Amino acid sequence: MNIAAAANETLAHNSNLLVYSAMAVYTLAFLAHMAEWVFGSRSKVGRTAAALTARSTAPATVPVQTSSAAGGTAVLERPAVVTKSVPGSRDVPDGPGAAGDTEKGDLYGRIAISLTVLAWALHVGGVLTRALSVQRAPWGNMYEFSTTFAAVAVGLYLLLLALKKKVRWIGLPLVTTVLLDLGLAVSVLYTASDQLVPALHSYWLWIHVSCAIISGAALYLGAVSTLLFLFRDSYESKLADPAGKQPGAFASSVLERLPSAASLDKFAYRVNATVFPLWTFTIIAGAIWAEAAWGRYWGWDPKEVWAFITWVAYACYLHARATAGWKGRKAAYLGLIGFACYLFNYYGVNIFVTGLHSYAGV
Amino acid sequence: MSTKTDTPRDPGSADAGSDLGAAGSQLSTAPTEDITFPSLGPLGWVRWFWRQLTSMRVALLLLFLLSIGAIPGSLIPQTSVDPVKVDQFKADHSTLAGIYDKLGMFHVYSSVWFSAIYLLLFISLIGCIVPRSWQFVGQLRGRPPAAPRRLTRLPAYTTWRTAAAPEDVLGAAGRLLKKRHFRAHRDATAVAAEKGYLREVGNLVFHVALIVMLVAFAVGGLWKAEGNKLVTEGDGFANSLTQYDEFKSGPFYDTDDMEPFGFKLDRFDATYERTGPQRGTPRTYRAQISYFLGADGKQHRTAIEVNKPLDIAGNKVYLLSHGYSPVVTVKDGRGKTVYHGATAFLPADPKNLTSTGVVKVPGAQTEDGKRNQLGFQAMFVPTFGGRGTGSMFSQFPALDFPVLSVNAYHGDLGLDSGLPQSVYKLDTKRLKKYQDDKGGILKKMLLPKDRVDRHAGAKNKAAVRAAEAQTTMKLPNGEGSITFEGVKSWASFKVSHQPGNGLALTGAVGALLGLAASLFIQRRRVWVRAETGADGVTVVEMAALGRSESARLPEELAQLAGELWPDAPPAPDPAPDTEDPAEPTDSDGPADPSEGARA
Repeated sequence: MNIAAAANETLAHNSNLLVYSAMAVYTLAFLAHMAEWVFGSRSKVGRTAAALTARSTAPATVPVQTSSAAGGTAVLERPAVVTKSVPGSRDVPDGPGAAGDTEKGDLYGRIAISLTVLAWALHVGGVLTRALSVQRAPWGNMYEFSTTFAAVAVGLYLLLLALKKKVRWIGLPLVTTVLLDLGLAVSVLYTASDQLVPALHSYWLWIHVSCAIISGAALYLGAVSTLLFLFRDSYESKLADPAGKQPGAFASSVLERLPSAASLDKFAYRVNATVFPLWTFTIIAGAIWAEAAWGRYWGWDPKEVWAFITWVAYACYLHARATAGWKGRKAAYLGLIGFACYLFNYYGVNIFVTGLHSYAGV
Repeated sequence: MSTKTDTPRDPGSADAGSDLGAAGSQLSTAPTEDITFPSLGPLGWVRWFWRQLTSMRVALLLLFLLSIGAIPGSLIPQTSVDPVKVDQFKADHSTLAGIYDKLGMFHVYSSVWFSAIYLLLFISLIGCIVPRSWQFVGQLRGRPPAAPRRLTRLPAYTTWRTAAAPEDVLGAAGRLLKKRHFRAHRDATAVAAEKGYLREVGNLVFHVALIVMLVAFAVGGLWKAEGNKLVTEGDGFANSLTQYDEFKSGPFYDTDDMEPFGFKLDRFDATYERTGPQRGTPRTYRAQISYFLGADGKQHRTAIEVNKPLDIAGNKVYLLSHGYSPVVTVKDGRGKTVYHGATAFLPADPKNLTSTGVVKVPGAQTEDGKRNQLGFQAMFVPTFGGRGTGSMFSQFPALDFPVLSVNAYHGDLGLDSGLPQSVYKLDTKRLKKYQDDKGGILKKMLLPKDRVDRHAGAKNKAAVRAAEAQTTMKLPNGEGSITFEGVKSWASFKVSHQPGNGLALTGAVGALLGLAASLFIQRRRVWVRAETGADGVTVVEMAALGRSESARLPEELAQLAGELWPDAPPAPDPAPDTEDPAEPTDSDGPADPSEGARA
């Protein structure tokens, strides 16, 4: 073994250490998020119920507010705009977040995010050293794909936080699944750092797979939001119908603190609609690569089939959302089916189905 | 006539439309859902069927069916992808295979039912986009709809009082909106403006592009041609039907028009991982070739790699796989060399390239001139495990310790029977095995002569004899010998002619751009109304409406209002005793009944 190879071995070893450290810190972030939810449960709840009840008793006329910024305070440079929600949707305020109104919960939430940032830095370090050790894109096998995928998902979440989007509610589900994903990667999918088979020697590896990773990570955030939408939506439905079955104390405590169903649905839609063109591009890039590598751009290889199914499922979701009678819960189910297809395309097709994409080194 | 509506009305756009009259209409050309049953009569039913097919609900259903229909093709082996596996499956599951066969499960993507789904979907698509295009052209030629009477009902609304005259405010608003690339139209008291038509353009482009892709797919299927050719180092290939090992083409491909090109495989290089857990995994494959184009074309040198096909005269030459061709010399009973050359062996183990093959020597004779055709069955390993390992399986795919294990037959090869024969199999029906002294099968492991000679170094007679013993198997009764001379590599190539690739790519790029436009561009309308109020002060009202709920809509309205501000400076509010200056409140703010009453 020459010196360069030894150096690469050291880098690969460091990469593993970094990934393990990241997992340790993610675990701490997970515990901090749990503390956030636990302490947040002591805050007073009932905003949603109040809003829904108030709505049902309020006069039917919609109030009109004229606002003039120049009058009175004159602080605003431009006139205030009154917004009205779409008729037919519940006008429910967003929940306060996991921390509720408690300071302690908020403190734990902040600690959780700080820990997530630290874990993510370690995680990215792990991915980068892995890439350096083999001097190629860090997504040549399932282990690398999984670790990079998780890093991108957390990165997107932190990016949204940095852009001051209210996405802290994703924190706990995200950190939990990242731990599961990394656990699976290091235990079952682990592959020692190595060079690629000739079929992967192409710059399309950079383009096609990176797009697949980014799409998947973003679609994952959308799917989390969609799933929570389903819970929150049924919670709101129950509250809106005082005569019917009311949600339990635990469900109330958790769901009360989430954003409103409308916000969750909107977030999921925005993410999915933004990523859909990228996913389309991923498939097109894959087809171009397939044309260069295998002599046909589309050959109904299992991976291609499932990429297509995923695409069609999300196309269904986008159409359903614009179609009467399919909005809301039905569209949400389609969105979840879409993400399930993505997951199957990754785990299912790589492990259970043999095809041209089977060089992932399971 | 029975008329019934079984879906609730779209709570979003449809309601907005009915509430706001024309203002909310045609913000998109999306079809409205119409699920009424027709009056009886064939024409009525045809129209009803057509309307159902082109409705969004049915399109959605077809789309969903398409994704479900695609699933079996990924789980059940497909003839087009792997025919061997299909045969295997049929052998393993005899009853199931019969059912599957009837359902077309072994060729899902060309089956009747799958084709029916996507053709219906595309008809539905065409039935949807043609009227939408006309509508859209109408919208482009028309004007943005006039301001609704009550702008306050729109999703984003703002108002203020100004000292400027209504005329001036409207003029300024018109200029401002035009500057911001709105299509604006002014009537007596209001400016109506609309922007984001590209959303609809993108939508239409996307759906048209899907049709283009389908056409490209069909063109590719009908005019394509592809063939495989295995070439050993030093050998060549010329593009004509007879040269291919295997060739298939679409119904409209004309084999008379095959491009005159060819190439010679100069060398094939492969490298493999030598250490670590992935030992033996291929790292590079490279076929060095010289190619020519045209009848008397010049020779060019180039390399074909896995991801780097040779693009030549509308064809692409891909590197598919590789293996070894042991070079052997066969002498017959007369001592005459009756065979000398490289024979391609097929890998039985794709990882370490343990390969099998046969050598057929039809021209061999015995010492006394009798016909004695020879056939050799052989196994080749590029890296032998060593004697005593008991295994004739290769340990590594590279040529580290090549060994050829041969046994021999003689008699009639059956080549004259007129039946086509595989070059990789020996028809042993009329052949007899050569036996060794003990009555067993004559079998010997041979080393390649070129390597043995290189190692032997100093040439003395004993060394030459020893080398010969290692590289040659003599047949009993002086009926000849076979010598393992050396090893060459072979590479197999796929020559593919696939028209419609450019069209497919154009369609794909169009679909992508259209999709991006239709998802990222927001179509919205803005109205500005300026009228003199009861107290003689001008009241400016601005409102905006988008197709989908968007946080950017109120922001944009606020920005527009801010820019209109200098041309319509706010007038002082009326005295507090007549009206409370309303606090700037957010939309979640509590409803003040007095404000409601005032409206």
